[in-house]
Amino acid sequence: MSGLQTLLTTHQLAAGYHVGGRPITIAGPLSVSIKAGQMICLLGPNGAGKSTLMRTLSGLQPRLGGHIDILGDGGASLHDPSRLARKISLVLTDPVRNSSLTAYSLIALGRYPYSSWLGKLNGEDKRIITWAMEVTGIGAYAERKMGTLSDGERQKVMLARALAQDTPLMMLDEPTAHLDLPSRIQIMQLLHRLARTTQKGILLSTHELDLALQVADEVWLLQKAGGGLEKGAPEDLVLNGTFEAVFDKEGIHFDKNTGSFHIHAGSSKKIGLTGEGASIFWTRRALQREGFQVMEEASLSIHADPTGWTLKSISDSQTFTTITALLQALRNQSIYNEDIH
Amino acid sequence: MVGRWVALCVLLVLIFFLDIAVGPVRIPLKSVLRIILSLPGEDKTWHYIVGQIRIPKACTAVIAGCGLSVSGLQMQTLFRNPLAEPSVLGVTAGASLGVAAIMLSGGGIITLYTIRELGISGSWLITLAGCLGAAVVMLLVIMISRKVRDNMMMLIIGVMVSTATLSIISIWQYFSDAELIKDYLLWTFGSLGGVTGTQLYILGLVTLTGLILSFLSSKTLDALLLGDNYARSMGVTIHRARVIIICSTSLLAGSITAFCGPIGFVGIAVPQMARSLFSTSSHRVLIPACCLIGTGLILFCDLIGQWPGNQTALPINIITALVGAPMVVWIILSKNNLSIYG
Repeated sequence: MSGLQTLLTTHQLAAGYHVGGRPITIAGPLSVSIKAGQMICLLGPNGAGKSTLMRTLSGLQPRLGGHIDILGDGGASLHDPSRLARKISLVLTDPVRNSSLTAYSLIALGRYPYSSWLGKLNGEDKRIITWAMEVTGIGAYAERKMGTLSDGERQKVMLARALAQDTPLMMLDEPTAHLDLPSRIQIMQLLHRLARTTQKGILLSTHELDLALQVADEVWLLQKAGGGLEKGAPEDLVLNGTFEAVFDKEGIHFDKNTGSFHIHAGSSKKIGLTGEGASIFWTRRALQREGFQVMEEASLSIHADPTGWTLKSISDSQTFTTITALLQALRNQSIYNEDIH
Repeated sequence: MVGRWVALCVLLVLIFFLDIAVGPVRIPLKSVLRIILSLPGEDKTWHYIVGQIRIPKACTAVIAGCGLSVSGLQMQTLFRNPLAEPSVLGVTAGASLGVAAIMLSGGGIITLYTIRELGISGSWLITLAGCLGAAVVMLLVIMISRKVRDNMMMLIIGVMVSTATLSIISIWQYFSDAELIKDYLLWTFGSLGGVTGTQLYILGLVTLTGLILSFLSSKTLDALLLGDNYARSMGVTIHRARVIIICSTSLLAGSITAFCGPIGFVGIAVPQMARSLFSTSSHRVLIPACCLIGTGLILFCDLIGQWPGNQTALPINIITALVGAPMVVWIILSKNNLSIYG
């Protein structure tokens, strides 16, 4: 990575608000950097200061302390919107529902820093707008009004607008919120590809942990408000236990082995599970949800195969065709057991 | 699109001519045309009526139509609220306060003399006071706007300033003589007549300045459609843009209110009509469209006010409210797009 240009660096940056004249630091002090071609995911629990940090880095709110350097300007362009607009483009959570604005004219607004005083577009402007629409795949609804688009389509338009702004840095605040799973994956993949092909530095905040783990070159992990920031390759952060430390809460557990969250068993009910394929995976999920601790062998055990589920206890054996029926039987059994005790 | 522009222009020329042709004194169309083209041989009185009364009045209507609708458009974009118009920022209230200050400060022999001598709308003092009142309230709002980051908060502050200003006027009225209150009330009805000669040039010049300022900021206005944060990220210096837009609005609405009285509803209704008719959000298109439609609407209202056979013309403010209110309701019902500004 040493050959890549550094686009943004911060030194001891403190981000936060003034409340009644008193500064309240929400995130920091942070010393981080964004390099060209890098996709960085900013993660953290709600209230950790993801949006505040992003707003501070993009000049939307003043920093409380420290330095931000953007492309070697010493932070000067943070106070000059017209200069900053050629360096950082944004996708925000602010709603844009102006129904008389077409997708195309909204994307064309991305050329604001370059167009003439009247906003007339030249050939170069139009070429970049066309490219932005192609990359994001919105040619089909370019002439539709914003009010008539779905959340996913609208988000792609906002992304295309940021691309049309043609800046080395892009910052996106929760670009996948409110989207369905395929759209979320699509947008993440698109951003990942863009970082590689255009050498843009992309910073995005998200709650999609598993997606972020897959596509991010680097993860910035913000701890609780006022806390510091851990950064590194996502895999490193998983292996050294940082993820667990940040996200572990009462009753929830981050599983290092699968990279996903589990609801704690919280019970000593043990159950054995054998079987194969997808069937065993989903059966385990169901059993964990029911509060069982799933292991290889126990007095009560289940064998899952594509044809059905067999529940074996010491005295008895039953077969089920759906997980619903299996779970129902387990529930009845546990009530029965409690009655005995 | 070109067809709509042409149709609008033709309609406008027609209605402009009609406005000049119709009035309490019946003058044949042919003679009106001859007088407009300054051909000789027409009646002296008719010449005077058309040249000194009707044409200045129609010109005032054009100026008021352009100014009020463009300032309404700017307010709606700045506040991302389809119900915003100049009066929400207290421009109208400020101008009213200025006018009230002159008219109601009864007992002052000089002011009374001025009003009696020059007639209500002819008084320079009143005009100046109106513009000054608008400017003072606008300055107050601009000063507050330095402290406020959010345009929605600005809207609330504007409404508060406006309400406070209007209540000052009410207090003043409460302690004034009936005679003086009547004069003031007549002014609040609004009138396009009486702006003649130099006054017309001054009003035209001030309005033109405001319109040019507005057109120069059309690109900024476009960016503001996405909200303050996006606008800033695209290179708009929000505070500077806000000051320019507020200045332009107070020039437009302040001067027109001072000269013609508070004319309502044009500022709300016309921008909505322009958006529907031209189906665009680009201010490069909307500003000229608002000028054309606003001019047409005011001329139309003026025409209704002096319906042929009617000896006394109805005040313009009554007609615009009467025509404008149902129009706004109709737009809301037919478009159902009031939520578009977020």
